[in-house]
Amino acid sequence: MKKSVNQIVFAAGAMVIWEALALAKFWPPYLFPTPQGVAQSLYEGFKDHSLWIGIGVSLRRVVIGYVISVVLGILLGMVLASNKFLEDTLGRVILSLQSLPSACWVPLALLWFGLSETAIIFVTITGSLLAVTQSTKAGFDNVPRILSMAGRNLGAKGPQMFWHVLLPASLPYLLDGLRQGWAFAWRSLITGEMIYISLGLGQLLMTGRDLNDINLVVAVMALIALLGYIVDGIVFRKLDASIRHKWGMAAAVSS
Amino acid sequence: MTNYVMDLINRSMGGGRVLSENEEPPKPSRNGNKAVEFAEPGIHPAVRPARKESIALSGVFRSYANSRGSFTPALQNIDLEIEQGEFVCIVGPSGCGKSTLLHLLAGLDRPTTGEVTVDGSPVTGPGTDRILLFQELGLFPWLTVRQNVEFGLKMAGVSKLERRDRARVFLRMVHLSHFEDHYIHQLSGGMKQRVALARSLALGPKILLMDEPFAALDAQTRDMLHDELERIWKETSPTIVFVTHNVREAVRLGDRVLLMSFRPGRIKTQFQIDLRRPRHVEDSDVAYLSKEILGQLREEIDRSFNAEYSREEKR
Repeated sequence: MKKSVNQIVFAAGAMVIWEALALAKFWPPYLFPTPQGVAQSLYEGFKDHSLWIGIGVSLRRVVIGYVISVVLGILLGMVLASNKFLEDTLGRVILSLQSLPSACWVPLALLWFGLSETAIIFVTITGSLLAVTQSTKAGFDNVPRILSMAGRNLGAKGPQMFWHVLLPASLPYLLDGLRQGWAFAWRSLITGEMIYISLGLGQLLMTGRDLNDINLVVAVMALIALLGYIVDGIVFRKLDASIRHKWGMAAAVSS
Repeated sequence: MTNYVMDLINRSMGGGRVLSENEEPPKPSRNGNKAVEFAEPGIHPAVRPARKESIALSGVFRSYANSRGSFTPALQNIDLEIEQGEFVCIVGPSGCGKSTLLHLLAGLDRPTTGEVTVDGSPVTGPGTDRILLFQELGLFPWLTVRQNVEFGLKMAGVSKLERRDRARVFLRMVHLSHFEDHYIHQLSGGMKQRVALARSLALGPKILLMDEPFAALDAQTRDMLHDELERIWKETSPTIVFVTHNVREAVRLGDRVLLMSFRPGRIKTQFQIDLRRPRHVEDSDVAYLSKEILGQLREEIDRSFNAEYSREEKR
């Protein structure tokens, strides 16, 4: 209760300061957005459906890219966790690739796939795949030996071991990676969408830049942050809370 | 010779008796203090078990590669027969290979040489006829108490309804009916122990292997679980191999107590425990027999300390 009061007070205070700064006109209006201007941009954007379309197109892409990342990342993580040779070789390559920002992958994506949907999804995947891989590997590496022995002892074999013991046992680690992967996918998507006229939110940002419309830029940025936050709150925080409840881990910092 | 003296003492107490190192165990009797003829060391009387033999180890060695590139023997020359329905306790100092022995029986580990057979067929891997209760339990934290108990049945493809019914039977047996929807972390140590027991029993194993299951519990809880385990053993009559470092616990529970020597682990002495059941850990007979066994165990513990000490000296 107290927390939401704090949050409301903070938001109101931030708006007042923002408005004051805008009214003070320290910077010319084409460099500094105003609260009204941003609200106006959001209103118009939703009214002419450009924002709705942007959200729809971007969400579709991020979901496709993310699902591919999760499936591939979990498979790759499992392979790395179970094979020492690959861990020492491919594992190191993956670690070093992880330091590349997704913008680095854009030229490669353009050469390979041209100005296409595939190029954007590729860039999205480069952002999240490795995070999921790393956390899956960490999760499988950290499954307590006693749990896998207990599983085998109670008759779990092959795929049963995977589905009923290893996967749930590594879920706390895995969830961290899935969550991080989601944030990375979302970021990389926006990078990818800036490549060309792609209808997504990333492209709307670039449109704002092209039109010198600072209010639109800020409006889209706020929208991107909000969407990422909402999905994190709806999906990941619930999953996290449920795992923590079952495992008896300290309660997560609740929303 | 010392064995002989001890045997005389024990017989005069009417309690258990010492079997020499290579002697085959006589038929265990659950009640009564039948005096059993003592065999000279080296003589192998043809005492055939009356009940069917369940577990047999012959010439079992197990060694592990160590960091210096050589092999450390964990178990050496283990010859052992355990009868169906027998309750065998194994005591020994830390590092004597007690747990290794259980892992071999469970099929979670293989002997370097020698053979482990259960009901005449060699053990080649884990099987649900032999369930091991780990000291650390290995309960699944993402499952409720009942789902934990159902786990083995689920793996075996038992239908949902039947699983639930059977899980409930065993949860009732260990007095945890009211906790079936709890998660593991919500239970006390003794309750967790009982969940692990119920989870093992639900599969109806012929052999229950227990690795220091009650070591981490307080004395009262342990007492209670001894009673429960004895009762469940009588009701479901599995063969039990119970590893502990608590000699009293071994004497209180076992038909037979095996004392293992410090590294490499061998079966040093076997004690037949013919005390009447139900027993209690505070019974004077139990205390007396324990003292005898403890004396021998001390020697092994001293050896283990000396080994550790000399290793540190060398550094």
